[in-house]
Amino acid sequence: MRFRLPEKVVERSLLLVAMSSVAILLLITVFIFREGGPLLVQVGLGNFFSGAWDPQHDQYGIALMVVGSFAVTSGALLIGVPFGIACAIVLAEMAPPRARSILKPAIEVLAGIPSVVYGFMGIVVLLPMIRTHIGGPGASALAGSIILGIMVLPTVIGISVDALQAVPRSYREASLALGATQWQTIRRVVLPAARSGIVAAVILGMGRAVGETMAVIMVAGNSVQMPHSPLDSVRTLTANIALEMGYAAGDHRAALFATGIVLFVIIMILNTLANLARGRLKKRSVVVVTLAATAADLVKPRAKPEEQ
Amino acid sequence: MSAAARRRLITPRQSQFCARVILWAMMAATLAVLVFIVLFVVKRGLAHVSWEFLTGAPSLSGKAGGVLPMIVGTLAVTALGVALATPLGVGTAIYLTEYTREGRITKIIRFGAECLAGVPSIIFGLFGFVFFVLVLGFGWSILAGGLTLAFMILPTVIRTSEEAIKSVPPSYREVALSLGASKWESIVKVVLPSAMPGILTGVILGVGRSISETAAVIFTSGSSLSKVIPTSLFDGTRTLAVHFYQLAREGISADKAYATATVLVLAILIINVTAYAIMSRFMKRYR
Repeated sequence: MRFRLPEKVVERSLLLVAMSSVAILLLITVFIFREGGPLLVQVGLGNFFSGAWDPQHDQYGIALMVVGSFAVTSGALLIGVPFGIACAIVLAEMAPPRARSILKPAIEVLAGIPSVVYGFMGIVVLLPMIRTHIGGPGASALAGSIILGIMVLPTVIGISVDALQAVPRSYREASLALGATQWQTIRRVVLPAARSGIVAAVILGMGRAVGETMAVIMVAGNSVQMPHSPLDSVRTLTANIALEMGYAAGDHRAALFATGIVLFVIIMILNTLANLARGRLKKRSVVVVTLAATAADLVKPRAKPEEQ
Repeated sequence: MSAAARRRLITPRQSQFCARVILWAMMAATLAVLVFIVLFVVKRGLAHVSWEFLTGAPSLSGKAGGVLPMIVGTLAVTALGVALATPLGVGTAIYLTEYTREGRITKIIRFGAECLAGVPSIIFGLFGFVFFVLVLGFGWSILAGGLTLAFMILPTVIRTSEEAIKSVPPSYREVALSLGASKWESIVKVVLPSAMPGILTGVILGVGRSISETAAVIFTSGSSLSKVIPTSLFDGTRTLAVHFYQLAREGISADKAYATATVLVLAILIINVTAYAIMSRFMKRYR
């Protein structure tokens, strides 16, 4: 008789292994908070979020970095979201299967380009372009937004394509059968039905932009100042950590970890929001209602009374 | 102008045509930017990539010489990361697909993995620095960098492995079980071998992510330039991506920067193309 691993043992050990990602997440949380938490308490949350950053005089406030991250991230979304959703629509709805089977892997493969390479492209191509055509020093919130806008594309495209493909085929068929064109179907049936998935894509793209470090350091200028125009240099939360971590000690280092806590909390909130948005996708009967309303709208768009 | 008249100015067919043109143009622009980046780097760098560059040690803080110590360091850190993340990731995937129903525990595990996937690499760097470098006393080392990378790529391995295992038809398991195999035997001898290409894809993607990572390794493996090849797990190392970052940011040498970028980009392209090629063949088999 051969020896057999008892199934209970297998199951228990696999459960242990499966909990590893949760354990790692907890470990990261504990250690980041252990290093940065005490300083947060000491400085006070209010001061930390509103004060100036001057480590030489023991002043630790990240207000300007929060502004920097916000500026660069919103700029990145302004650029990345329209292009990302456009690509997703083309990939999921318009491209013939053969074109899709080339385009989708092409985008995913190119998404693997290291962030330092994006940053380098920013330095050698984008910054000179901004300097000569728009003005300013080049390294700026605008440059950071453009580079990050490109970098969030794969995230936005990937999740949006999934969301669009999750819309049942019958929805499209119903709409087309009512005489709608393909574009009307996409705009009034498919996109509304996939809305929560697309929202999740945007949120996760936002998380990607907020968390990106190396590329932003290379193009955003990194001065701790209040930006008054997109051409001003900004420093993001991530850049603050990476730039000063090399030589910081004592309270200064704790302040960088506290910056890390803020970043970590932002990311966790965004992840949870994305999860909520995506969770709704499955059990939403609202989708059906939307479809019915749109279909009704499509049947008699021209019969509507004139309002103007 | 009345609304009805305006509506007739652009018929649904015309608006469809406009939308198609605009969307395809945006798609083309996106692809063009990505292709431009690759071609730009490779075109300027390829001339400076030579056998001496790939097998030589750097000198004059990277201004001259090659990148062999960085290549070895990158490979060591990556190998360690993958070696640790693979069993953990595949184990998690097996548990999620074979040993449990969807419920509270799977929700917690999935949420953990998803959150981990969203954690920025700089946070992994901070954590690795405190935990591995300082608390566990590994110093700036290959060990600390590899462990940090393992944590970082774990979600990728879990996700792809889970998909791969799920796509193995239930009949495979049923046949194994009906022949008298235990559940574990059927998984090890039937399910895992069938899912292997898919699992491999996840692992290869993890390799790609490790090689291109900068922020997480710069604080855990260090960034000091070494002319000798690292020989122990406790040696610090500057990975290729970190080396490239220093060259580019400090403007040490444009030629060497382009050459290093070319090596990085080509490596990543080859790795990712391989991963997707394996995956698409695998998916075809079970369709």
